[in-house]
Amino acid sequence: MESTIVKAIDYNAYFGDNHVVKNVNIEIPRNSVVAVMGPSGCGKTTFLRGINRMHELIPGATAKGKILLNGEDVMEMHPIFVRLKIGMVFQRPNPFPNLSIYDNVIAGYKLNGIKLPKAEKDKIVELSLSRVALWNEVKDSLTKKGSFLSGGQQQRLCIARAVAMEPEVLLFDEPTSALDPISTSTVEELFHELKKNYTLIIVTHNMQQAARVSDKTAFFYLGELVEYDETKQMFTNPTDIRTQNYITGRFS
Amino acid sequence: MSVQVKYRIGKSVGFQVLTILLSVACVIPLIFILIYIIQAGITKINWHFLTNLPKPVGEIGGGIANALVGSMIVIGVASVIAIPVGILCGIYLSENKNSKLAYWSRLCVDILQGVPSIVIGIVAYFWLVKPLGGFSALSGSAALAVMMLPIIIRSTEETLLMLPDTLREAAYALGMPFHRVILKVIIPCGISGILSGVMLSVARIAGETAPLLFTAFGNNYMATNLTKPMETLPHVIFTYATSPYNEWKDLAWGASCMLLIFVLVLNIFTKFITRKWKVQL
Amino acid sequence: METSIDNNLITRSENILERVITSAKIRDAVKGIKRIKRSHRQIRAENVFRKTIVIVALLMVVLVLGIMLTLVLQSILSIKTTGLAYLWGKTWDPVQDIFGAYPFLLGTLLTSFLALFISIPFSFAVAIFLGEYYPKGWLPNLLKNTVELIAAVPSVIYGFWGLAVLVPIVRSLETKINVAPIGLGIFTSSLILAVMIIPYAASLGQSMIKMVPANLKEAAYSLGATRWEVIRSVILPYTKSGLFAGVLLSLGRALGETMAVTMVIGNTSLIPKSIFAPGNTMASVIANEFTEADHPVYLSALIELGLVLFLVTVVINMIGKRLTKKFTN
Repeated sequence: MESTIVKAIDYNAYFGDNHVVKNVNIEIPRNSVVAVMGPSGCGKTTFLRGINRMHELIPGATAKGKILLNGEDVMEMHPIFVRLKIGMVFQRPNPFPNLSIYDNVIAGYKLNGIKLPKAEKDKIVELSLSRVALWNEVKDSLTKKGSFLSGGQQQRLCIARAVAMEPEVLLFDEPTSALDPISTSTVEELFHELKKNYTLIIVTHNMQQAARVSDKTAFFYLGELVEYDETKQMFTNPTDIRTQNYITGRFS
Repeated sequence: MSVQVKYRIGKSVGFQVLTILLSVACVIPLIFILIYIIQAGITKINWHFLTNLPKPVGEIGGGIANALVGSMIVIGVASVIAIPVGILCGIYLSENKNSKLAYWSRLCVDILQGVPSIVIGIVAYFWLVKPLGGFSALSGSAALAVMMLPIIIRSTEETLLMLPDTLREAAYALGMPFHRVILKVIIPCGISGILSGVMLSVARIAGETAPLLFTAFGNNYMATNLTKPMETLPHVIFTYATSPYNEWKDLAWGASCMLLIFVLVLNIFTKFITRKWKVQL
Repeated sequence: METSIDNNLITRSENILERVITSAKIRDAVKGIKRIKRSHRQIRAENVFRKTIVIVALLMVVLVLGIMLTLVLQSILSIKTTGLAYLWGKTWDPVQDIFGAYPFLLGTLLTSFLALFISIPFSFAVAIFLGEYYPKGWLPNLLKNTVELIAAVPSVIYGFWGLAVLVPIVRSLETKINVAPIGLGIFTSSLILAVMIIPYAASLGQSMIKMVPANLKEAAYSLGATRWEVIRSVILPYTKSGLFAGVLLSLGRALGETMAVTMVIGNTSLIPKSIFAPGNTMASVIANEFTEADHPVYLSALIELGLVLFLVTVVINMIGKRLTKKFTN
């Protein structure tokens, strides 16, 4: 199998006339964790949302260029196909408040109208919750509403919900920024487990997090991809002066 | 304390007392009406009253079975028309906040809300009664449906706008198409607000008489045909209340009491259900 | 594009495949095809849904334009025959084909403004009570819900109650002050209307008063103002336009109110000589005479009343909505 799973070619994104992502070219290797970091407003989140075409949900938002998933351009595909293959986890935990924990995990099937036999559903729920290390905590309260869980548990539930669809890539948009330190470390530990089965792209404004969890790191500044390299290399010996400044905290 | 300050404080307290008195006074006519109608009407309501047709003048007894059935049919058909249209329009307005069409559509909903009900009756007469060649329950339902729309649209729009965007994003990110995002996630989460709008709109039209005067018209007999004139509760109250016969006035009191109780219960029930069905976000 | 995949082809190949499936691999392939097919259905449904809600939103515009157009078209006959004299013609005599709407315009204005005049102290009191003095607690909540219930009672019931209770009271009042004791008339209608329109100005008013920034009030208090002085010199000026919008909303209701007025106003086409005289409003004339209008000009003249009523209420409501929006932003 080819080692590159996601590849962006000359990708540009706009909000109206505002050019927020400029000519990004990047290759994401399969089964790796890639961190995308940069100061706020640098276009990192917009780029991430462009990968599964969430960007264009915002009125006035447009995008140009190519994003290849296994060599296929997602810009040519219907968004719902793209999103079935590329899962996403958001900044704030957003479980469906009207559904139970069980239904939240299989929400992707249930709400899309995909009918599965009960046994298969049970299997998916158990497997997905186990993958996010939540099964033991909630297995006795599967019928309770998702909003009954703590913030960290809710976020893991949201990851389980994305995992349940068996996507190839998982996108994380600052997944721990709304969590306490303990929940944050639990989620970070998950990344190492999850990368065995999926490819993870994580947007973070927390440099330490990028250094801790990722194999490769991309640095965005003012809409441009400034530098993209092995994480170790990036944090010890950055080539670009802007990266250097950012890492050493000379601007935020 | 100087006299002037005392005077100012006195004035302030005086105004507060006046406000309280006037506020409480507002409620008095309502309570008076409620007690009067229920006292005058409750004794008239019995099984005979509910299951019989009105009798001609001079005969004792008679009931309003035709109006009860008619009201149920007319309101039911109006709801069938207005609920889906209203909810869908509310969805459009909340999902396309800033589009040109939303602006004009919203403006028209505002206008519709202020149109006097009698005017809607006139228009329904020209759109349905004349082309169909006679008064009909269907035309009455259509007129009432138009009156329900603004209430349902507004409450749907406002409810959906209050739901956080993260909910929509969560659904889209699972590869859900637009209609499923709306129907399976957004609507269920806002169901309490939408339902309360629907129920309030039903309560509002249940007592509407003016638009029915020249649409559903009225009928002394039991009618279930939508293309024929049909009796309704508010219309039967109007005709019998303004008649000179005491037997008919008694029927009108009974009917008023039933209509009033129905409308009030629906209003109170709405408050209750809104709280109970609220999805905790 | 995937949308061009031939569905028949899929169904056929699916059927053939399903017959020969033995290995799990092929079964998985079929599952995949099914999933793609399902997704195509979803995309189609999505497009249909998007179009439907656009059509429904358009329908509202069409509906309002249609209402306006119908009223205008149906009044043309009357506008042609009576012209502008319609508005100040003092005689309404359908038998002679004389249509002057002045008595009804006057009746409508008299009842509505008299009702407004009576109801404003009450609705403002409720607004200040709930917005400033007692914004929280079960008793104010009860008051709020009860005042809202005033708007929920059907107008035909107000009319009936007015007929049975209010008319005799007004009649005895009229005997005392030496006017013709009819009971029915402008004054009785105004009384009923006044009760009916209280909630509109009250509920908008209280939400406006609640929005007055606390620091403004505190500034006044810190200068030693009493509560009344804060209300008069801070709250009322600040909420002026919002309170006015509430009054307009109430007025719009009063102008268009039909049944209650029809039942107690006395229904005469003569110009009311005093506020105790019977009369007619635009809405009540339409309600009374629409089904009796036996020739085209008569009917058209009635619809012209409806058109005037429509335009007036639309303008009043629009101004009210504008003011509210301006205030809340």
